[in-house]
Amino acid sequence: MTGGALGPTSLAEDAAPGAGSSSGTRPKTSRSDRLFRRLSVGSASLVWILLVAIALFLLQQALPAIHADSVNFLTTKQWLPDNQPPVFGIAALLYGTLFTATLSLVIAVPVAVSGAVWLTQYAPRSLGRMLGYVVDLLAAVPSVVFGLWGLIYLVPRMVPVSAWLSTYFGWIPIFRSDGIYGKSIFTASVLLAIMILPLIGAVSREVFLTVPQDHREAALALGSTKWEMIRLTVLSYGRSGVISACVLGFGRALGETIAVALVLSANYEISWHILTPGGNTIAANIANTFGEAGPVGRGALIASGLVLFIITLVVNFGARAIIARRKDFQVSAS
Amino acid sequence: MSAPPLTAEADLGSLGHRTLSSAAIALICAGSVGVVAVLFALTSHSVAGFVIVTPVAVVAALVAMSWVVEGGRSARSRLAESLALLGLVLAIVPLLAVLGFTLVNGLKRFDSTFLTHSMRNVADSDPGGGAYHAIVGTLEQVLIATVISVPLGLMVSIYLVEYGSRSRYGRLISTTVDVMTGLPSIIAGLFILSFWVLALHQGFSGLAGALALTVLMIPVVIRTTEEMLRLVPNALREGSLALGARQWRTIVSVVIPAALPGITTGVMLAVARVMGETAPVLLTVFGNPAVNMNPFSGPQESLPLYIFSQAQLPNDTAVARAWSGALTLIILVIALTVAARLLTRRWHVPTGG
Repeated sequence: MTGGALGPTSLAEDAAPGAGSSSGTRPKTSRSDRLFRRLSVGSASLVWILLVAIALFLLQQALPAIHADSVNFLTTKQWLPDNQPPVFGIAALLYGTLFTATLSLVIAVPVAVSGAVWLTQYAPRSLGRMLGYVVDLLAAVPSVVFGLWGLIYLVPRMVPVSAWLSTYFGWIPIFRSDGIYGKSIFTASVLLAIMILPLIGAVSREVFLTVPQDHREAALALGSTKWEMIRLTVLSYGRSGVISACVLGFGRALGETIAVALVLSANYEISWHILTPGGNTIAANIANTFGEAGPVGRGALIASGLVLFIITLVVNFGARAIIARRKDFQVSAS
Repeated sequence: MSAPPLTAEADLGSLGHRTLSSAAIALICAGSVGVVAVLFALTSHSVAGFVIVTPVAVVAALVAMSWVVEGGRSARSRLAESLALLGLVLAIVPLLAVLGFTLVNGLKRFDSTFLTHSMRNVADSDPGGGAYHAIVGTLEQVLIATVISVPLGLMVSIYLVEYGSRSRYGRLISTTVDVMTGLPSIIAGLFILSFWVLALHQGFSGLAGALALTVLMIPVVIRTTEEMLRLVPNALREGSLALGARQWRTIVSVVIPAALPGITTGVMLAVARVMGETAPVLLTVFGNPAVNMNPFSGPQESLPLYIFSQAQLPNDTAVARAWSGALTLIILVIALTVAARLLTRRWHVPTGG
């Protein structure tokens, strides 16, 4: 009941929510009322206590392992925490995590946003609603199913695609390859992109649906073509919403575990060559090596999880800040 | 919502410019598909090549014709429309492919043996074996998680809507819930591993998995039930308070019953979401090839975990089991999702009038 202290001061004011002026006329609250309210405040306090507890317990388990580490945790690439002495560092994992998430965003955003534009601006109303419903349903498919599909179907099919890219675009450094393809960062990013598509698409679609009809009609009345109308009103009005959708998708891609664990052939190298097998992410590394990890190994994995936790917190707060700014903008604009 | 501007645009277009009729557009599309098909039939027979080249050819032909007949601005507009449609197709096809392949491959081993047998004494290369132990584990873990997170989440959303909607503390809680929604599922698993398994020495168990799922489920339950409570009109609250009911009485016997169908929907969607989570379960339940009915002691199996471990084995028999497990999981998740949607469709917010 940490929040109980707040109770008495604000009781009279918000005793009747949203009831406005009638709140002042409430009779004195009884003991049962106070008890119920405290229960509710206590449950609410549990939410931030939980978040703080997550940080504290991860830290508690991670610190001994980081102390035992014989090299710098932040700059080392190897991951041999159960060696004597332990040698492990987050550098390669962190690089792989950020790189795959960024690449998946680069692939997913144009597809998801243009799909959302078609659904909201071009599709007949009923078809738009039906397809939106289908996308929502597909967003419920568990990530392990995507992982299974990725492992069995996507990995072999990415081999010719990667070979083609390397043959014709090999002069671009990131597409350079030594002729072995498959379980690469590129494959993982494509799979991640497919998985975050429904999220980015659904949020963008909702944002585009809120574009005022007046704006669109005004643009059309001034003689713009449909595309000019979309560019001038829909895309500019929805920009910050789409950006926050992207940040949310980025957060999802950062933390995605099982699908990536299934389609990456893990190594601990930092490489720009996205078509070459290899690469690893924090979450996939936890899933793949947890089973064989000893005491120090578990601590090391928890330490890497702590890094992921901090990154996703930053990303999520960033997304909230963008959404909050957008709300301010809308209020002042209307 | 696009009906009025569409006609407006069409009228405007016909005022001063020549436009391509829909018959002409159909002809251009059919013609370019035909030309590409003939070319591929004569030269390479590559289906993949045909699938990739056809849309490009159709769009190019359409835009070129539009440029000649309608002018550059309209051509650009048609190009944008085609690309947007292409984006939609690119977005939906892989998702449908995932569903389709799961259905086709999953049905091969989706039999009574699969649903009633565990993996005890079954080698990876054996054709038999099933997911009974995993289904039992998943249902128990999700049930425990639901039992813990629904009352807790409901109380938090009651605070957010009924008590703290305008207070600073309420806003702090609300932001925290938002942040928790974006928490990677593996972090929830690591937290329960650190707290329950390692710090409190409770060992791996179905309960530990359920706790990890609870961490993920609470924010989802809060968000959805909060939305539903906000839909309940204030007239209902005021009526109850005016009749002399205390506030907690009003909440328990008026507000919650009015929002109950919506809350049920939200809970079902939350259950569907956590049911497919693999990472938290992997770190806390640990996996077990035999049936363990007791979620409170000893490692258990879970359906997502079962799919994950079978998929990594090199044997075709194991991969077949993984597909059937995936099909079982998808059936459970989609049934919950669809049932939840149907429930909302039939639900009308009481007006309080």
